[in-house]
Amino acid sequence: MSRFTLLAIAAVGGLLLGAPSFAQSTGDTLKKIKETKTMTLGYRESSVPFSFLDGQQKPVGFSMDICQAIVAKVKQQLNLPSLEVKEVAVNSSNRIPLVVNGTVDVECGGTANNAARQKQVSFTVATFVSQPLWLVRNDAGVKKPADLKGKTIVVTQGSNAVGFARKFNDEHKLDLMTIQAKDHGESMLTLEGGRAVAWLEDDILLAGEKANSRNGASFALMPGGFDNIYYGLMLRKDDAEFKGLADGVIAGMMKTGEFDKLYKKWFESPIPPKGMNLNFPMTDKLRERIKSPSDKID
Amino acid sequence: MFNVLFETVQDGEELYLTWLLAGLGWTVALALAGWCFAFVLGIVVGCARTSTNRAVAIASRLYVEVFRNIPIIVQMFLWYFVLPEVLPSEMGAWVKKIPPPWGTFLPALLGLSLYTAARVAEQVKAGIEALPHGQRFASRALGMTEFGAYRLILLPQALRIIMPTLTSEVMGIFKNTSVALTIGLLELTAQARQINEFTFKTFQAFGAATLIYLLLALTVYGAMRWLENHFQTPGQEMKREKRAIPFDKKAEEATP
Repeated sequence: MSRFTLLAIAAVGGLLLGAPSFAQSTGDTLKKIKETKTMTLGYRESSVPFSFLDGQQKPVGFSMDICQAIVAKVKQQLNLPSLEVKEVAVNSSNRIPLVVNGTVDVECGGTANNAARQKQVSFTVATFVSQPLWLVRNDAGVKKPADLKGKTIVVTQGSNAVGFARKFNDEHKLDLMTIQAKDHGESMLTLEGGRAVAWLEDDILLAGEKANSRNGASFALMPGGFDNIYYGLMLRKDDAEFKGLADGVIAGMMKTGEFDKLYKKWFESPIPPKGMNLNFPMTDKLRERIKSPSDKID
Repeated sequence: MFNVLFETVQDGEELYLTWLLAGLGWTVALALAGWCFAFVLGIVVGCARTSTNRAVAIASRLYVEVFRNIPIIVQMFLWYFVLPEVLPSEMGAWVKKIPPPWGTFLPALLGLSLYTAARVAEQVKAGIEALPHGQRFASRALGMTEFGAYRLILLPQALRIIMPTLTSEVMGIFKNTSVALTIGLLELTAQARQINEFTFKTFQAFGAATLIYLLLALTVYGAMRWLENHFQTPGQEMKREKRAIPFDKKAEEATP
């Protein structure tokens, strides 16, 4: 190899070595808000119904409403009625780095709380309990998980379902063939096109895709015996004061019944932009969490 | 630095490193297979572009304009999602039944080969046009067929001329394989993304992928340089010392 080649390798290597593993922001969120008089919410552009863009391209949703309640509490506690609230769009790859480095103070999306993520961020008490389900083509003749034997399924790249599907396949010896589509939209396209007979993903996401699909009636949801997944709002790690404030607001809403009203508004009524209704009644697991709010994961 | 690669994956026993290496395998397989098709098809279309037969020239021009001007990501999308729907339903169903990962590999290979072939064709055409016109006439005057003239006289020279640009093209096809992740092929970039989604070690995951791409490109560069030297017509070398203009004062000072 020539001198230039070696130089190029050295340059890139040096760049990578010098790169910080994320500039860590200090944990004191309330102090930061007080000093800068601004608070930044992170929202998702299409995480229905938690946080998404409405017809006017404004972020709305279940998690956004909860976040507004937290903002109100922050204003009151810091005595800052003129607090400026910024909204920043985040996606599934950058949401954690942006919370960690201090760009976003609260992520108001639908993010699953798990042990790997807890190493980097912390979560409020659970605001939603999800469970992975199979969305199955009615014409595939699949009535129970065992019927999937030897069939082709689809999962979304980077989703937790990738691991679940693999474990499920190994445990039940189903010889599944797996397509990994780029995002949820393409997973649905793969299922609609008939390349796969079933799609494994969180129940609420599947309900949204099914409600949105032109021929939603030709798909059915099928349980697969997977563990529950707890969603929460994402906060910076090791900031007990701010987490206490956020948890207090959510627990208060759960106690007064305001949380149930919000749930009805976003999960069981027509929502913008097209007036789609998810018809997703509250699960028993979520009822338990409303009775005794907690950020525990099973 | 890259310790995340030596952690075991979520819900499994293997290391994240094996994911990255599996991705590398698909990247290399797709790029090499794609290059074989693209090179052969590119030469054929490139010759057709300079053909004296009007119909052949127009047909090849059409091919180049269509496949060079549509973004590769759109082409792959069309081959993967749209082709099975427009084929007769039985054939479409058969295409959809191809088991993964071949069900995504083949459309990716098709898209990548046709796209790259259009680009190679234009370079072959440029190489042929760079030759003095007289060569074509002389070979015909000696009794060669048009095919013979291309095979024995024009192409061997043209391909030598365009070696440097073909090097870029081979490097390009290695990088363009990453587009295949959009139709679900788990090549190198897809695996780096996946590792990032599971571990949130963005710099490590993409840093490792970056280094692997760089090494791939440098390997390609080395191999192409070797081929270039190997096939060079003796006396045509352009060595460093020959670049200097004789009697140029500055050059004389620079080279002792």
